Amino acid sequence: MSTQLTTPVNRQSVSALSQSKGEPAWLEGVRTKGAELAETLEWPTPEKVRISRWNLTAVGSHKAQAAIASVDELPEALRGLAGQSPAGLVVQRNSARVLHQLTPELAAKGVIFTDLETAAREHGDLVQQYLFQAIPQDENKLTALQSAIWSGGIFLYVPKNVEVELPLQALFYSDDAEATFAPRVLLVADSHSSVTYVDNVVSTYGESAQPITKQSIVEVIVKPGAHVRYATVHNMHDNLIDLTIRRAVVENDGRIEWIIGDLHDGHTLSDTQSLLKGNGSTSDAKVISIGSKTQQMSLTTGAVHFGRNTESDMVTRAVMKDGATAIINGITKIEKGATKSNGQQTEKVLMLSPKARGDANPILLIDEDDVKAGHAASVGQVNPEQIYYLMSRGIAKKDAERLIIYGFLAPVVTEIPIEPVREQLQRLLERKLEG
Amino acid sequence: MATHFKIDGLKAAIEGKEILKGINLEIKGGEVHAIMGPNGTGKSTLASALMGHPKYEVTEGHVELDGEALLEMGVDERARAGLFLAMQYPSEITGVTNSDFLRSAINARREEGKEISLIKFIRLMEGKMKELEMNTEFMHRYLNEGFSGGEKKRNEILQMMMLDPKIVVLDEIDSGLDIDALRIVSNGVNAMRSEDRGFLIITHYQRLLNYIKPDFVHVMMQGRIVKSGGPELAERLENEGYDWVKEELGIVDETVGQV
Repeated sequence: MSTQLTTPVNRQSVSALSQSKGEPAWLEGVRTKGAELAETLEWPTPEKVRISRWNLTAVGSHKAQAAIASVDELPEALRGLAGQSPAGLVVQRNSARVLHQLTPELAAKGVIFTDLETAAREHGDLVQQYLFQAIPQDENKLTALQSAIWSGGIFLYVPKNVEVELPLQALFYSDDAEATFAPRVLLVADSHSSVTYVDNVVSTYGESAQPITKQSIVEVIVKPGAHVRYATVHNMHDNLIDLTIRRAVVENDGRIEWIIGDLHDGHTLSDTQSLLKGNGSTSDAKVISIGSKTQQMSLTTGAVHFGRNTESDMVTRAVMKDGATAIINGITKIEKGATKSNGQQTEKVLMLSPKARGDANPILLIDEDDVKAGHAASVGQVNPEQIYYLMSRGIAKKDAERLIIYGFLAPVVTEIPIEPVREQLQRLLERKLEG
Repeated sequence: MATHFKIDGLKAAIEGKEILKGINLEIKGGEVHAIMGPNGTGKSTLASALMGHPKYEVTEGHVELDGEALLEMGVDERARAGLFLAMQYPSEITGVTNSDFLRSAINARREEGKEISLIKFIRLMEGKMKELEMNTEFMHRYLNEGFSGGEKKRNEILQMMMLDPKIVVLDEIDSGLDIDALRIVSNGVNAMRSEDRGFLIITHYQRLLNYIKPDFVHVMMQGRIVKSGGPELAERLENEGYDWVKEELGIVDETVGQV
C-alpha cells in the first residue's frame, strides 16, 4: 500500500487536475491562484491550539468515483443519514459527487441545489458572484489551499421570495484516506427566501486508515429578509483532521441559524462566524461537542455586528472525556455604529476526567456604547451534591452521572428545531459518551 | 414483616469534627417521631449521615433497617432498601426533567425488563401531583430548577409519595413554607402514614406538629438526644422555649462544633 502522507499542492498540479476535469478557465485560475497564495500564507492561529503542529499536509489525491442511482446503493450504515425523503439530496464520496436529487417542484421555482463543481460549469456567473464573498481566498493558508484543492461540495441558490419547506440534505463521506476530501459549500438565499440545509460529514474506514486532513469551507450569503438554517453533524474517525471554517454574511433583516455537532473523533478546528452586515440582521449558533481519547479541539463561534439593531446568540456545550482538550472561544464583536445591537454568548464545558482539559474563553470586543452584550462561561466537573441527590432516590451512581451529563447537553439539544438532526445528534452523543 | 428501624450509638464527623456524639433511636412501622432542637445541634447532620452524604463520616455506631446494616450500603442502596430523606436544600439539576428523574428512580427499584410503563407512570405522577396541588406542568420542568422554596418542598413530598419508602426522614420540610403550603405538605405526609411506614420529622418549629401529630418527641442538643417524650413535650417547647431543658440538664451552649 502506498502511504503518501504529504501531498504536494502547487500551481502545476492543481492546474493539471482542473484541466483534466474540464473545468472552466476562471475556476482553473482560482485554483492556481489559491495554490500560489498557499505557499506564502500562514496557517490560522486559534487561541492556545497550535494547529501547525498537526499533520496538515496529508490532503490526499483526487480520485474519480462511480455515480450511484439511489440511496439504496449507499453502504448500509450511511443510508439513514441521507434524510427521510428530503426535497433535495447530494451525496459526495471522497472527492466527488455520486448522487444528486432535487424535486422538480423546487427546480421549477428556480432553486439550484447541486455540487459546486457542476454549478461552476452550469451557473458560472452566479458562483463567481458569491464565491469568496464571506471568506476571502487570501485570508490564510487554509483558505488559500482549500480554494485550490476543493472538489464536490454544494451550491445552493434559493431565488427571491421562495420558501423551501423541507430540508435540503447533503452527505459527505470518506471511505478512502488516500483520496482528497475537501468539500466546499456555497449557500445563497436571495431576498425574503428561506431554506433549511442539513449535512452529515462521516467516514467509514476500516480499522487503521492512514492520516488524512479534511479541509472544508462553508460560505453562506443571506440576502435581505432571508432566513437560512444550517445544520451540520461531523462524525469521523480519529485518523482524520477536520478543519472547517464557516461564515455567513447577513444583510438587512436576514437571519442565520447554525446548528453544529462537532462529534468528530480526531483533531478538530471548527470556526463558525456570522457577519451581521445589515440592519436588523440576527444570528443564532448552537454548538454541541464531545471530546474523547487524546483529541484536540479548537471550537470557535463568532458574531460581528456591523448593522444597527443586530442580534446574536451563541451557545456552546462540550463534554470532555479521557485526555481530550478543547479550547472554546466565543467572540462577540460590535463595531462602531452598530447601535442597539445585542450580542450574547455562553460556553460551558463539563469535564469527565482529570486528564481532560477545557478552556472557555468569552471575548467581547465592543466599539459602540449604545449596545447590550453578555457572556457566561463555565468549566466544571460533575457536581457531587447532584450525584448524591439522585442516588438518594435509589439511582445507581453510573446512571446518576449519565442523567447529569445528558442533562448538561439537553438544554441545547432539545432546542434544535429539526427533528431528524436532533435524533441523529442524540444517537451520536450516546455512542461517543458510552464508547 | 413490620418495619423496624434502629439507630444505635451513631457518631459522625464532618471534616474531622465530631457532630453526632452517640444517637440512639428506634422507630417502628406506624410511628411518627419528631426531633426538635435549636439550630446547630446536629439535627440535619443526623439526616445526612443516615442517607450517606459523602461529606459526613460515620465514626461509630450501627443502623439497621429491617435487619439490614444500613451503614454498609451505598447511598442508592439505602434508598432502595426503603430509606427516604426529604432534603432541606434539594439540588437543582439542569437538563434532567422531573419526570425522567422520577421514572429512573422508580425503575431503579425494578428488575430489568419490568420497568414501569410510560402511561402508568404518567398517571401515577399526575395523580400524586394533584394531591399536592402541584401544576402538572412541573413534570416537564428541569429538576428543581427555578422552583420556589415551597415548590421544592412539595417536589420532595411528591418523590416520597411516588417511591413508597419504609422510613421517611423529613429534614426541616416546614422551613420556608407558608401556611397553605404547610397544610398541603402535611396532608401529603399524613396520607402516607401507615402501619408499615415510620417517620422521623426534623424541625425546630412546633408549628408543623400541629399538622402532623407525632407519637414521640425528642430534643437534640450537643449532638445527642437529651430528652424524649410524647406530643406534650413539643407543646411545652413551643410555649416555653428550650431554656428549661438546658437548665434541667445543666447545658450552657447547646450547639455542637458547627460554624
